[in-house]
Amino acid sequence: MPTTETFYEVMRRQGITRRSFIKFCSLTATALGLAPSFAGRIAHAMETKPRTPVLWLHGLECTCCSESFIRSAHPLVSDVVLSMISLDYDDLIMASAGHQAEAILEEITHKYKGNYILAVEGNPPLNQEGMSCIIGGRPFLEQLQEVAADAKAIISWGSCASWGCVQAARPNPTRATPVHEVIRDKPIIKVPGCPPIAEVMTGVLTYMLTFERIPDLDRQGRPKMFYGQRIHDKCYRRPHFDAGQFVEDWDDEGARKGYCLYKVGCKGPTTYNACSTVRWNNGVSFPIQSGHGCIGCSEDGFWDKGSFYQHTTDTHVFGVEANADKVGLGAVGVVGAAIGAHAAYSAIHRAKLKQNGDETTPAATNEGDKQ
Amino acid sequence: MSTTTEELQREQRRRGVPTTRRTAVYVYQAPLRVWHWVNALSITILAITGWFIANPPPSMPGEASDHFLMGYIRFFHFAAAYIFAVGFLFRLYWAFAGNSYSHQLFTLPFWRRSFWRELWHEVRWYAFLEPEPRKYYGHNPLAHLFMVVIITVGGLVMLVTGFALYSEQTGLGSWQDQLFGWVIPFVGQSQDVRIWHHWGMWVIVVFVMLHVYTAIREDVMSRQSLISTMISGWRMFKDDRP
Repeated sequence: MPTTETFYEVMRRQGITRRSFIKFCSLTATALGLAPSFAGRIAHAMETKPRTPVLWLHGLECTCCSESFIRSAHPLVSDVVLSMISLDYDDLIMASAGHQAEAILEEITHKYKGNYILAVEGNPPLNQEGMSCIIGGRPFLEQLQEVAADAKAIISWGSCASWGCVQAARPNPTRATPVHEVIRDKPIIKVPGCPPIAEVMTGVLTYMLTFERIPDLDRQGRPKMFYGQRIHDKCYRRPHFDAGQFVEDWDDEGARKGYCLYKVGCKGPTTYNACSTVRWNNGVSFPIQSGHGCIGCSEDGFWDKGSFYQHTTDTHVFGVEANADKVGLGAVGVVGAAIGAHAAYSAIHRAKLKQNGDETTPAATNEGDKQ
Repeated sequence: MSTTTEELQREQRRRGVPTTRRTAVYVYQAPLRVWHWVNALSITILAITGWFIANPPPSMPGEASDHFLMGYIRFFHFAAAYIFAVGFLFRLYWAFAGNSYSHQLFTLPFWRRSFWRELWHEVRWYAFLEPEPRKYYGHNPLAHLFMVVIITVGGLVMLVTGFALYSEQTGLGSWQDQLFGWVIPFVGQSQDVRIWHHWGMWVIVVFVMLHVYTAIREDVMSRQSLISTMISGWRMFKDDRP
């Protein structure tokens, strides 16, 4: 059965007495500097405000988003799942299965029409009528469209749902397609990353539940608070970049000293994410801190953007793969040689003409004027 | 031709008196000439610093606080870029304020048949298939096409992609972001914009090579002055034939 509990009911369920609850409400009103009469209003709000149902669908994905999510420390994921949201459907971690599970979707979408949040992990494949991803005997595409129809907002978890990620990499045989290209009439919050940082995921959810609105998004639909800056902008190795101190090889002195990984292809300067501030696993580390460059996993199409170990990556256009520096240096060489040859031939040609002109050509009437 | 005329000419040449009339036309006004050389300098700095931003010099020894090498390289790139940008805007203004040759850089007679015929003639001249080039006050059609494509269109592309990349560090909401931030999702993502900006550098580098070579070659071999024109503003013709 889907939960329709209010916050009060959850607190009661967790063993908090009515007396403690009222105390909590008055304390909160006092702490916020509100008049005593507000204690009652807070209590009323807690008693009546239902927890927002969240439906969590899984399309073509690897579950790394869920794996990341369950490691959230601030807030603890147990608090998010058990107290803050009402996670009514998540086929990965829910107890019910089969028809019972699918019935919940039906019920929530009707009961909470326009009032539930849809979280999507992974994306739908469109080729072969969506047969590359079957959920409950039907293509995932259908499930996604049905559940999305009455959702308040959609969260695209991870690079799969946001951009397409590995299953959409060239040549994308199943035509895996990011959520925003399938659902166009709902606000979509993209939380890219492969996976996204746990605290970023719970942070986005917490924001939406606390303020009952979607966070400020950038042009590409990512929450500004986590994706407003690049890894490079807040990287603790940035001083080495500015100084011009780089790791040139993986086993050189620079690597040992923790110099900037720019020359070995770090994509920190082109990647929008919170890794260099929030970090991973309860703030333990992040790729650059562990000595490897950022691979840009939260950027659009990062699998198809060339080497992870090159700064000037190869370009794919019209089926041709080329490196700007190789082609550029080559072109400079060829054009330089051509100019040299052309100049030499011009001189010979001119000398020849002059010789002829001096002797016979009547056309060169003004030839005498030229040097 | 009578021998007397030739003798007269020889006599005149001996005394240093010009034997033919050299027509001169004032083509490039002073502000435009200043723009040309400022632009040339800024493009040179941009290409060199741009190369080092993509391919930084060897790692610096010692403390990070002792150096600011990439910082300075980037500073000069951005400073030169602002000069280039202001120059571009000025050049656009000058297309209206300047003389009739000044808007050549922003207009291309694409539908005029004679333009393409004369362009072909110019190509043949470079291929040694024509005995001599035609005379032009402004750009010859081939140069005209290259100027519009590389300097105007190419310059604009470099400006737009460059400011889009610059907006990444000035941050969301900055004027650079408001004006040019849309470019990044339009092109794809940040790395794509970076690489296209880098390709643009190579196009301009190759253009500069061709431009310098043809300017010198035309100055020597064509029927008009080239290099001195961009210094004095006067186009000198070496003969009076059409």
